[in-house]
Amino acid sequence: MAQLLQHLINGLAAGTIYALVALGYTMVYGVLKLINFAHGDVMMVGVYMGYATAFALGRDMRSSLLGVAVVFAVAMLGCALLGFFIERFAYRPLREKPRLTALITAIGISFALSYGFQLDLGFLPGAAPRAFPEVIEPVEWLVIGDRDVVVWNWQVISFGIAVALMVGLQYLVFRTRFGRAMRAVSWDHRVAALMGIPTDRVIALTFMLSSALAAGAGLLYAIKDTSVSPLMGLYVGLKAFVAAVIGGIGHVPGAVVGGLVLGLVEEFVVGYAASTWRDAVAFGFLILVLLVKPGGLFGRVAAEKV
Amino acid sequence: MRRLAPMLLAALAVMVAACEKKTQPAPSGEGGTQAAQGQGAAPGGAPADANTILLGQVGSLTGGQATFGISTRNGIELALKEANAAGGVKGKKLSIRVYDNQSKPEEAAQAATRLITQDKVALILGDVASSNSLAMAEKAQAAGVPMITPSSTNPTVTDKGDYIFRVCFIDPFQGFVMAKFARENLKLNTVAVLQDNKSAYSIGLAEVFTRKFTEMGGKVTAVESYSQGDTDYRAQLTAIRKSQPEGIYVPGYYSEVGIIARQAREVGLKVPLMGGDGWDSEKLFELGGSAIEGSYFSNHYSPDNPDPRVQKFIADYKAAYGAVPDALAALGYDSARVAVNALERAKDLSGPSVRDAIAQTKDFPGVAGTVTLDAQRNAVKSAVVLKVEDGKTQYVTTINP
Repeated sequence: MAQLLQHLINGLAAGTIYALVALGYTMVYGVLKLINFAHGDVMMVGVYMGYATAFALGRDMRSSLLGVAVVFAVAMLGCALLGFFIERFAYRPLREKPRLTALITAIGISFALSYGFQLDLGFLPGAAPRAFPEVIEPVEWLVIGDRDVVVWNWQVISFGIAVALMVGLQYLVFRTRFGRAMRAVSWDHRVAALMGIPTDRVIALTFMLSSALAAGAGLLYAIKDTSVSPLMGLYVGLKAFVAAVIGGIGHVPGAVVGGLVLGLVEEFVVGYAASTWRDAVAFGFLILVLLVKPGGLFGRVAAEKV
Repeated sequence: MRRLAPMLLAALAVMVAACEKKTQPAPSGEGGTQAAQGQGAAPGGAPADANTILLGQVGSLTGGQATFGISTRNGIELALKEANAAGGVKGKKLSIRVYDNQSKPEEAAQAATRLITQDKVALILGDVASSNSLAMAEKAQAAGVPMITPSSTNPTVTDKGDYIFRVCFIDPFQGFVMAKFARENLKLNTVAVLQDNKSAYSIGLAEVFTRKFTEMGGKVTAVESYSQGDTDYRAQLTAIRKSQPEGIYVPGYYSEVGIIARQAREVGLKVPLMGGDGWDSEKLFELGGSAIEGSYFSNHYSPDNPDPRVQKFIADYKAAYGAVPDALAALGYDSARVAVNALERAKDLSGPSVRDAIAQTKDFPGVAGTVTLDAQRNAVKSAVVLKVEDGKTQYVTTINP
């Protein structure tokens, strides 16, 4: 029983991060019908920005509340800027080209980032994985029995940050003028343009938003697993993409549910079956969902596309 | 928009040019200058000129195990520099061409093919990870180019054929060393195993450890696995904790082991971790922090060895690269010196002659133990067990075959 609870906590911790990254995939897919394969690598860049900031702040400063806020702010703003440039110079020129062209470009950017960050250029930390500084000093908040169940402060804080980001996004998309513009562009960007919506600006902002979310998710991930490496984006990005597809890509709450489901499925497979089966079951689950509901759990027929 | 297209094109051209440059060998030290000259004489990676002997190395300079390839390259470079300073081989200077395999077997095979067909090297050195060496061995054997792997310990590597050698011991021995150490020195009765299912090396060590430990009267309580690149091992560790072992055998690479150690402590596992030479990297201490303290691993050499030859190597290496050499640097150094020694003894530089010369290597004094190659082309030598203490390794004991 205690073990079940521990697995549940671990699974939720992993799931919220998948969910946050999946949100970025889903938002960009919503407005552009583009699967932004560089998303995971933008996340990786964000983690390195946070890494550099945390070191610049020094040991005492970075674990204070203000320090944490600065680390997150720098990484999220930096990534928003990166997202803006990627969209402006890589995707926008290809907007009217066949969709495949943009997809290949996305894969190209993904590789350029993940392998570029392994180069020995002095200001980059190089190819080997690095320990991520303890931005949030780990404290056990709840211990049941002989350490049968342990809940750490960062697990609760991460969960809180993730939920806050999701709620904020939901508000932005469904309650603001910008959100309405986004939804309009997602329906049909040509018609939206005819109605006077500045589609280029909406798309650029969507990219910046999704990249900032990725940076936030990446930092939570790095805090959880205490490491950062140039290839982390590829793995997390792939998993989050699966989560987005399970939930129904283009659907905001779907991405959240998909991420949580994937995190829990993985955790329970490893905990109760064999760890070798983890990826097989995770991807098998994806196939199963697509067989039964080709549009993902929440379907693409849903009216609320973003 | 229109004006943007030529700009992008220009940017692309620059990027392509940059990539082009990157694939060329990195010039390094004296050997590097020779490589550049060889290239000047015949551009496009043609064989070396009459005054140089060209060797090739394929290593993981980027990717998950980057420090392995870099350490090995430094060790090899140092050995060749010394050989050149001493007059080279057969009156010729030695130079080396190094290719990166991004820690991937596909890339390793491609790089090996390139060394063989384009650069026409006399001999190939590399790689560390057994999966990469296996991919290279296939190409080297087919082409009849001798290959020495400095530190791939999976037994199947040298099974590829009579052109493939190694200057280190093999996995069954490492698994045996840790099983014996756990049973006799640590007096453990129950151990859980956590292996990396993506690595032939890890699976090999885990298999032998499990068999030997059970034969010696111990019990393996759980066998769990992960994949290289994972960063969350809490599920496996929670399951291992339930089986209540007195130790955990984690024969993986430093990049994962450091994080595993942290998470093991986090889920409440306080027992020592044990592993193999894949742990050997400065990064282990950074990634593992205080969680890795008190853990043990088997290795090829210890920098604490008072042998003057070892101490001279350490001093030279420190002077050149500013760090204490790890075992992979030591084995890289040994592999290059064994190669130089064989090239000297070979009657000419053809594949078969060099192969025969390497095969006759006997009692060669390396910095990571004395190298004698057996009939299976494996080095027979002892292993050391190291303990992690205060963020560095401490010599514990030597275990003989």
